[in-house]
Amino acid sequence: MYPEDYRYTKEHEWVHVEGDTGTIGITDHAQHELGDIVYVDFKYGREALKPGQTVEQGKPIGSVESVKAVSDIYCPVSGEVVETNQALADAPEKLNEDPHGSAWLVKIRLSHPDEVANLLSAADYQTYIGAEK
Amino acid sequence: MPATAALKATCLNATHRSTGARMVDFGGWDMPVQYASLVEEHLAVRRSVGMFDVSHMGEIDITGPEALQLTDYLTTNAAGRLKTGQIHYSGLLYEHGGFVDDILVHKVADDHFFLCVNAANQEKDFEHIRAYNHFDAHVRLSSDDYAQIAIQGPNARATLQKLTATDLAAIRYYWFTDGAVSGTPARIARTGYTGEDGYEIYVAPSDGPRLWQRILEAGHEFGIKPCGLGARNTLRLEAKMALYGHEIHASITPWEADLGWIVKLDKGDFVGRAALASQKERGIQRKLIGFEMCGRGIARDGYEVLVDGAPAGWVTSGSPAPFLNKNIGLCYLPLAQATVGRAIEIVIRNQPVAAVTVDTPFYKRAK
Repeated sequence: MYPEDYRYTKEHEWVHVEGDTGTIGITDHAQHELGDIVYVDFKYGREALKPGQTVEQGKPIGSVESVKAVSDIYCPVSGEVVETNQALADAPEKLNEDPHGSAWLVKIRLSHPDEVANLLSAADYQTYIGAEK
Repeated sequence: MPATAALKATCLNATHRSTGARMVDFGGWDMPVQYASLVEEHLAVRRSVGMFDVSHMGEIDITGPEALQLTDYLTTNAAGRLKTGQIHYSGLLYEHGGFVDDILVHKVADDHFFLCVNAANQEKDFEHIRAYNHFDAHVRLSSDDYAQIAIQGPNARATLQKLTATDLAAIRYYWFTDGAVSGTPARIARTGYTGEDGYEIYVAPSDGPRLWQRILEAGHEFGIKPCGLGARNTLRLEAKMALYGHEIHASITPWEADLGWIVKLDKGDFVGRAALASQKERGIQRKLIGFEMCGRGIARDGYEVLVDGAPAGWVTSGSPAPFLNKNIGLCYLPLAQATVGRAIEIVIRNQPVAAVTVDTPFYKRAK
């Protein structure tokens, strides 16, 4: 369920680092808690989040909204935005179906790869959400 | 974990947890907010049938020679006009005209009225009623005696009819009968909080889990879905039914909440009557009105409403409407601005988003 080669945050994001790029998404636990997702918004401060934007670890890069609630997405790593997943604009429900795969949110070129060490392993994340239940 | 240790649980709690429902703290109760998908649960009720555990709701029995006098004195609707076996929606008010709660009043007999009240308000309601009981009547908080299951949707009757000898078609809308469901004594009421036809049954908590399973089996051929409080909320919002703590609360009167139809000023004195009569004469300052989002965004409870760019009111409930496929909400606006077809804006995370006031209910079932 939770890929071993991903790293996780306590705010329920994941990052998968390949080379100098990190792919970011929300966890299966997060999509389950939110329920039917209807909007995904990419935003940094008051501006739309676009490729080229520099982002900082722990800062909101947008929000995910379900029928029930809205939740901020916190960037798990610092760097420069390479791409946002535009497919989610028309099919936000993909986040409920494949949160660890095709429904990734943002790709970022890492500026501080060492930050990944601050994040949780798959095992630690599962222990964390187990305790939260 | 410790935070949930104090939560109250219905007799169906273990059933919900074993089926993987997502549980939330709802007014101090550990309740299912959704099972698999809120949207699918919502659509099941609109198109076929869904069932809800609403055992957290409170029940109060008012009995005795002056049960009617006490009930009538404490509620806004005319309890004296109810026939035995009939139900009406009513308000329990403070002297100042604000809501203590909104309730269903069932007339069981000339000397017995059965109230269904909101879960989080039940102790408050009970104390409120007792404080005004200068009548020859007895008031009892009997919530522990009942589990309540709501079966709602166009196939609700066909589902429930399999389990009871009572002719369900003969129970008119907002009437009830005491019978049996699957061999268990049950109060069967044709009421609901979804905007669909359906039934709410009151049974002993010890029978709750077995009955839940039997109803699931009976509704299997119709694709029945267990539904959580999430779908219950979106369904009631589409039907524009008020939710305590949102559309109505201690600072809102029935006139403001567009619930004038449950106030019978001509029936004689009742708690809150003087305040309501005086407000009617002066005129209300604000009124509840529905809206639809035009721009992209979902209004949520508490969001600010702008008219001509200036703060004018607040959102009481807002959500995507799964059946109508648009984003809807209810809000309070100054009376002069609470007219249908007005362009307004909802402030969504510091950004005004366009909306328009509309006629309600948003959804009305075909009769």
